[in-house]
Amino acid sequence: MIAFMIRRLAQALIVIFIISLIGFAIKQSVGDPVRELTGISVSAEERQEFREKLGLNDPWYVQYGRFLGHTLQGDLGTSFFYKRPATEVILEKAPATLELVFVSSLIIILFSVPLGVFSAIRPDHFFSRLLMGGSIVGVSIPVFLTAIMMVYIFSIKLGWFPSYGRGELVMLGGWGTGLLTVDGWMHILMPSVALSSIMLPLFIRLIRAEMMEVLESEYIKYAWAKGLSSRRVWFVHAFKNTLLPVITVGGVQLGVTIAFTILTETVFQWQGLGFMFMEAVERSDAPLLVAYLMFVGVVMVGVNTIVDLIYGLVNPTIRIAGVK
Amino acid sequence: MAKLLEVRDLVIRFGLRTGEVTATSGVSFSLDRGERLGLVGESGAGKSVTGFSIINLISKPGYIASGEVNFNGENLARVSPERMRQIRGNRISMIFQDPMMTLNPVLTIGTQMTEVLHRHRPELSREQARDIALDKLRKVHIPSPEKRLEQYPHEFSGGMRQRIIIAIALLTDPELIIADEPTTALDVTIQAEIMDLLMELCEKDGMGLILITHDLAVVSQVTQNIAVMYAGRIVEKGPTSRVIAQPQHPYTRGLIAALPQSSRHGERLNQIPGMMPTLKDMPPGCAFNPRCPHVMEICHRQIPALRPGSNGNMAACHLYPEENAHE
Repeated sequence: MIAFMIRRLAQALIVIFIISLIGFAIKQSVGDPVRELTGISVSAEERQEFREKLGLNDPWYVQYGRFLGHTLQGDLGTSFFYKRPATEVILEKAPATLELVFVSSLIIILFSVPLGVFSAIRPDHFFSRLLMGGSIVGVSIPVFLTAIMMVYIFSIKLGWFPSYGRGELVMLGGWGTGLLTVDGWMHILMPSVALSSIMLPLFIRLIRAEMMEVLESEYIKYAWAKGLSSRRVWFVHAFKNTLLPVITVGGVQLGVTIAFTILTETVFQWQGLGFMFMEAVERSDAPLLVAYLMFVGVVMVGVNTIVDLIYGLVNPTIRIAGVK
Repeated sequence: MAKLLEVRDLVIRFGLRTGEVTATSGVSFSLDRGERLGLVGESGAGKSVTGFSIINLISKPGYIASGEVNFNGENLARVSPERMRQIRGNRISMIFQDPMMTLNPVLTIGTQMTEVLHRHRPELSREQARDIALDKLRKVHIPSPEKRLEQYPHEFSGGMRQRIIIAIALLTDPELIIADEPTTALDVTIQAEIMDLLMELCEKDGMGLILITHDLAVVSQVTQNIAVMYAGRIVEKGPTSRVIAQPQHPYTRGLIAALPQSSRHGERLNQIPGMMPTLKDMPPGCAFNPRCPHVMEICHRQIPALRPGSNGNMAACHLYPEENAHE
């Protein structure tokens, strides 16, 4: 297990290193920091002098080394717009996005497992057919359209849910959470449903397909031949094997969900990272963009490592490979 | 007392999208308590599906169209699914072909063993169930069974897994074991070991065994009676020694002639020319007629019935019409 974790950690470091290279490349090519810092009423000689002072004339690898050194100390530069360290801005916006992704993942897990399993063991049932048809529709509608339709129906027409913002927050240390108040939940429900609108049908279909395949296997036929109850065959013998590929895909999809927050947050004016990212793009706020990239990269790597560990717990063959 | 198992006129059909096909027709055989029967034939002859039909576990879209499967006088083809589940894995155990595919990869051996006991002997405590599992593992010569119970299937070799599956089959002391090609997926050296073990255990506990195989050599060592299947029908049946020594049906003769020990050293192995017809394009009359060296005109018109041949074996062949006339 320990060897397995060390190996995963080394892989994670390599991935983060590559992300930092990409981040650096963006920083180099988006806008000219001298122009951003000095304005237009400065002569060309003074600009040149300024460049020299900031080290912008050094070879790229020297600059990259400096960038990496700063990054390791948690310094990702200063946001042009907020005039504050980018790291600080990111950490302030992160809870909103993480809560959104969390609630949306919760919705996905709570609904996809029972619905996927049901449609696998009763493939000819009316409800399964409805689910399969509906899931195609769900996958096909883009997230921002779902979000706008939800705002139109539930906020404007019916007035059930607020259409923007996070509502009442409770501060837990530096973390502003909306999950402890009713108002916070009222606000988070629609964005998280919209965010899960693509992944949920995808997961229902994935679980159904995997489960149906497992149900055809020899060991399931053998389980029937042992005279076991349907419950035991479905939920112990088949379900555990269904989970393996679902966990793997699930980890990757969670990352995609983080990417989808950009659309959802923009529609719902959700003050999270996605919303901040869109603003930063419009303002060509390079340090903030790079900070976002680095942060999301680290979160993705972290999530995937956790997913691999869970996979190791469910799949006995992996556990052995880790020990050796 | 009723026979242990009496299969009568079993017809199994598959409802395919392109139409119905008949996998077996008119299959009849019976088994006494403690008797071992070999069900022999090529792939696709219908022997596996016959085996699975006994515990009503034919893969979809197959189903028993007609006929009876009387187990201790109870027709299993007509019992409720719940009643069937009480018999499966309890009074009739199955051993599957490929031990690498049969055990669930994510459950420990202990779980896969004790769940059978918890299901069929709910009065047993966890410790009692564990003790029975250990006892059966010892019976199939698994070393240090206590440790083995905690392990997963991938930690065992193919031969060991098949032993475990035999141990699982023995858990509830069944009256009948159906073994579907139990040694086909194993190394030749292990095949004999597993077969000996299976025979020894059946003999000791007086269990009935239906051995489904294409391997005549194995059948001749293990079983008392043989039923040879071809294209969904039993073409010959009788005591093992007599069927091997004096085969009546041309197909059985061909099978025995095809054994390597029947040809002389250095010569080509004998074979039956042609292939078994698929379920969809059965020839009219006897299904063996395209490959039969003794084919006659009647073979193309009429399906021969199973009747006593000259030596007492039952054979379904027009070569033996006279005996039929006497009856």
